[in-house]
Amino acid sequence: MSAADQESGGLGIDPMHQFEVTPIIPIHFGGIDASFTNASMWMVFAAIGIISLTVFAMSGRAMVPGRWQSIAELSYEFVANMVRDNVGKAGQSYFPFIFTLFMFVLFSNMLGMLPYSFTTTSHIIVTFALALFIFIGVTLIGVVKHGFHFLSLFVPKGLPAVLLPLIVVIEVISYLSRPISLSVRLFANMMAGHTMLKVFAGFVIGFLGAGGLFTGLAIAPIAFMVAFTGLEILVAFLQAYVFAILTCIYLNDALHLH
Amino acid sequence: MPQLDFATFAPQLIWLTLVFGVLYLVMARVALPRIATVIEERRDRVADDLDTAAQLKSDTDDAIASYETALAEARTKAHSIAQETRDRLTAETDAHRADLEGQLAARIADAEKRIDATKTQALTNVRDVAVDVADAITQQLLGDSDRAAAERAVDGELT
Repeated sequence: MSAADQESGGLGIDPMHQFEVTPIIPIHFGGIDASFTNASMWMVFAAIGIISLTVFAMSGRAMVPGRWQSIAELSYEFVANMVRDNVGKAGQSYFPFIFTLFMFVLFSNMLGMLPYSFTTTSHIIVTFALALFIFIGVTLIGVVKHGFHFLSLFVPKGLPAVLLPLIVVIEVISYLSRPISLSVRLFANMMAGHTMLKVFAGFVIGFLGAGGLFTGLAIAPIAFMVAFTGLEILVAFLQAYVFAILTCIYLNDALHLH
Repeated sequence: MPQLDFATFAPQLIWLTLVFGVLYLVMARVALPRIATVIEERRDRVADDLDTAAQLKSDTDDAIASYETALAEARTKAHSIAQETRDRLTAETDAHRADLEGQLAARIADAEKRIDATKTQALTNVRDVAVDVADAITQQLLGDSDRAAAERAVDGELT
């Protein structure tokens, strides 16, 4: 019996079990494990969902869009506006990346809301890989575009010389912590929400198992779960939005300094 | 915590790179240009339709303006025709009335002349009769008469 089991009342329900990665097709390349796992499967499902929405739903190219085409166009306009508002004209060439990123995170989060599914974004390695890629990419863009002048990003304008060393250190630390805050925010939100749902599901089973008077009490955690599922869907969207918009802001910093 | 199981990092990173890379290529090469084209076409079409609508509206405005002008002209014309007719009729009536008044005046003058003549005639007759009567009376009373004296006496009374 694990520690998690004891937390949920020792009912044999591990709220962390849903995050376990299990290989479906084991693949090994010279000692590197590249197995097709349940995580890989849900990544592929997210990609299939996005492609279905943006490629197949748009195949009609109707002048007056149907439901699915409307959703595809709405997503496009949403991300396009986000890039335009936060990065401006210079961000246009990065729009496909921001769009892919937003849709991938959104679909991963939303698919995670399905029962028995796997939330790929609830793994720190996935969100950290995305965040680190963004961090390195944005830094390279800034260095290539501004050269040495890129370092002025760490020196706010109109700063008294006395405060300079302190502020520059703070700015550098805050810049370096970007990939950590970006990845942990998404991962922690996803994991906490799903764990919470599992814990309360454990309460329901516990109450039903206890029988008698407790059977009626099971309605309370069920009601909580219904409400919390609604909140989780909001969080799933919001975190995808935050992830994408922070990427836009970092990109804007690198392109225009500030 | 399964998230910290390092053994799962390699397959997750590999598949994330693979799936995200393919997804990015499909989005950048196929999906987004297609959506952009559809949205652009629709925007152009709407702009065209609005242009056509504006064109039609200005045509309509022109038609309405020319109709208003024609209507105003017709109204002015109708006014002037009515005025002319009224003037002409007034003139005719005036002429007619003047004519009639002239005729009437002539006839009144005529009649007055005739009355005057008749009156003069009548007065002449009265003198003659009075002279005759005075002459006759004088004859009867005096057995002698003087016609000229009677005439003088009558004239003296009459005037």
